[in-house]
Amino acid sequence: MANVIAVLEQREGALKRVSHEALTAARGLADALGGEAHALIVGPAGIDAGDAATYGADKTFMAADDALRLYQADRYAQIAAAQVGAGGYAAVLVPATALGKDLAPRIAAKLGCPLAADVTSVTHEGGVVVTRPVFAGKANYTLRITGQRCVVSLRPNAVMPAEATRSPAVEAVAGASGDKAAVAKTLEIKQPERAAQDVAEAAVVVAGGRGLKDAESFKLIEDLADAVGGAVGASRAVVDAGWRPHAEQVGQTGKVVSPNLYFAIGISGAIQHLAGIRTAKTIVAVNKDPDAPIFKVADYGIVGDLFEIVPRLTEEIRRAKEG
Amino acid sequence: MKIAVCIKRVPDSEARIKVAADGKAIDETGVKFVLNPYDEYAVEEALKLKEGAGAGEVVVVSIGPDAAQETIRTALAMGADTGVLLKADAVGLDPLPVAKVLAAELKDGGYDLVLFGKMAIDDSSHGVGPMVAELLGLPCVSAVAHLEISDRTGKAEREIEGGVEVVEFGLPAVITADKGLNEPRYPALRGIMMAKKKPLEVKDAALEPGGIEVVRLSPPAERKAGRIVGEGPDAVSALVEALRNEAKVL
Repeated sequence: MANVIAVLEQREGALKRVSHEALTAARGLADALGGEAHALIVGPAGIDAGDAATYGADKTFMAADDALRLYQADRYAQIAAAQVGAGGYAAVLVPATALGKDLAPRIAAKLGCPLAADVTSVTHEGGVVVTRPVFAGKANYTLRITGQRCVVSLRPNAVMPAEATRSPAVEAVAGASGDKAAVAKTLEIKQPERAAQDVAEAAVVVAGGRGLKDAESFKLIEDLADAVGGAVGASRAVVDAGWRPHAEQVGQTGKVVSPNLYFAIGISGAIQHLAGIRTAKTIVAVNKDPDAPIFKVADYGIVGDLFEIVPRLTEEIRRAKEG
Repeated sequence: MKIAVCIKRVPDSEARIKVAADGKAIDETGVKFVLNPYDEYAVEEALKLKEGAGAGEVVVVSIGPDAAQETIRTALAMGADTGVLLKADAVGLDPLPVAKVLAAELKDGGYDLVLFGKMAIDDSSHGVGPMVAELLGLPCVSAVAHLEISDRTGKAEREIEGGVEVVEFGLPAVITADKGLNEPRYPALRGIMMAKKKPLEVKDAALEPGGIEVVRLSPPAERKAGRIVGEGPDAVSALVEALRNEAKVL
């Protein structure tokens, strides 16, 4: 019997969806091991631990301190490593977000245990076994952890959050405040002018490529994204051209995405881009070139002029959603 | 200012990846290897900081096979001063043994900054930089797209979901570089010629085995062939219909 712990991510005092995903994965692994699933929440006071219990946490540890509202890497790592070390867990699950990609290796280094990063599944077959896409999805490793414990970061959208309600059991843990001054200090989060979903976390992504011809035409992409409630994505070519920020880049030198629905508009489909969208559930392509490689991976395609097609698509989707 | 930049030799992002006969690694036949793209930003930033300070040294460190000497030479051609190859024919998928070897190499080097790319584009673990920082007890900011160093403190910005985190730290520190940090320079012919004469030390890396074993490496599941719904704007209705009632994603 061994327990599993998920280190959860909060923003503004609320657990993020990726935290529910990590809990669902932790619950599944704990059941396979015949142990308990625990949660660790590091953040400001007042976070609802019941939310963790809803997604299967048998017990939730809270390090609540308003000075931990933002991600303070050194303190977060110290708190997590202390909790994991004391609890004798077989696995630590962390969402593979900007926060988790920074935190997971720190916990692993403090504990001296292996890190399996950005995995898409976690199971147990004679040890913890994970699936780990590499080369941005051009191949998948199946890996077995040989050590007694491990840190695993879980790719957003790879696991569907499933409710598995437990009665909430909460225990406060020390916030690692006085004993060591933070060596790096997060001062603030600057918000973009236009609140935008992140391309790696969004359930729907509308991505544009060189076919848009210029930066201004991305208005068409933004409008469609608004209509479907999705995030805006971009190909490497348009990011390199300075039309869009790198945060939106999809592909091997950008973000690997797994949305439910991905629109590739005016994107021909370079290898490194296709690798980054391979795990999208449904891909729609709009391109004027019927031989574009994007049509080989798209579930649905329309051949033609995107400047005529996209506005119509936006309009019809708006109408369909209203109706 | 003395700066170390840790770099990795990786398959080019446009390379087609095939699984080797043993089913546990990639078939490297015909694969072009390059300096990891994110490491280019780290090298460029080190060179800019050295140039800005008017003095200093940029040391490039890599773990990998003999062929990684070529990758180090690329960074030397960009302008780095010296290189160190910690030779290991097989580097496993657990980032901790790699971080341990690097931390041991960097520990007594008197570095003000240690730079990494935010991830290698082959195994994308984002792990080694923050691990090295933990092992050395240094502050670390990962995936940095904007960096200011003045005197002995630094301020870094890193992109997070829906915003930008601003982090302050003291030197020495570990920084991992994201795209957007700078525009990496291309090695000029003169730089390439000079790089051949720059010192490159090669020594064996004592890599621990690590705690991750490969069960198998498999090609991704092929996507089922889709269909062209139609041509031009008149096909939009059929597409919306399919997305609603067939794929059920709208």
